[in-house]
Amino acid sequence: MTMKASSRKVDGVTIIDLSGRITLGEGSVVLRDTVKDISSKGEKKILLNLGDVTYIDSSGIGELVSAYTSVRNAGGELKLLNLTKKVHDLLQITKLYTVFDVQDDEASAIAAFNR
Amino acid sequence: MDIRHAMNATRVSYTLESTLASVNKAEQAAMELAAKSGFDEDECGRVSMAVREATVNAVLHGNRYDATKRVTISFETTPEALTVSVRDEGEGLDTANIPDPLAPENLLKQSGRGIFLIRAFMDEIRFRALSPGTEITMIKFVRGPNRDGSKEATQ
Repeated sequence: MTMKASSRKVDGVTIIDLSGRITLGEGSVVLRDTVKDISSKGEKKILLNLGDVTYIDSSGIGELVSAYTSVRNAGGELKLLNLTKKVHDLLQITKLYTVFDVQDDEASAIAAFNR
Repeated sequence: MDIRHAMNATRVSYTLESTLASVNKAEQAAMELAAKSGFDEDECGRVSMAVREATVNAVLHGNRYDATKRVTISFETTPEALTVSVRDEGEGLDTANIPDPLAPENLLKQSGRGIFLIRAFMDEIRFRALSPGTEITMIKFVRGPNRDGSKEATQ
């Protein structure tokens, strides 16, 4: 299954709903291009919804890190929403769980941006 | 694909092109063989990710997508373990200087987590320098690490 990304805006936060596999090649490129496109429009509050992401490899993890740093360097904030157990475990193993602000609930995530 | 049977062991090997399609094929083969070896779903996922990462390294960093170079993947299944070797024809890997992706200065780097994940997901790994190329051998024991608890390579 290839990766799909769509975005919507709720209370000033751009939510990117991702589904499928974030792996070397197409999946990583879709994520990179989507975040880049949204950042270039001046959006500063970005929430990546990973609830339907079925698989992520080290390239996908790298792409999440890259998205996080590029949004932050542009003066914005990027948070993660709805991690599956697999993705959660990978972020823990790689010590990135504490780097990212990980949220379990969309409303709380939006509130966290607007605090 | 080459399949051989020996005493209590089945060996399957694939010679693949240096492409992303090969990475997916290796991952799929690992998933199927891990399931046949009796690993549970989570363990199958870890084994297949380790094999995926090793194959990505071979295709991307070893052979650098060179159409003239091949990646050879061998699986050996026994009642005790699944052993996977991934071999490239690249310029070689400096295994003594693999950066630690957990070090604070590396934590936010985009790459460099593949071998770390392989180590995390398999019970033993070892590298062998070829001429040319590199071979990584990964072992996952069906019932966890060696009975004495050691995770050190025996070779």
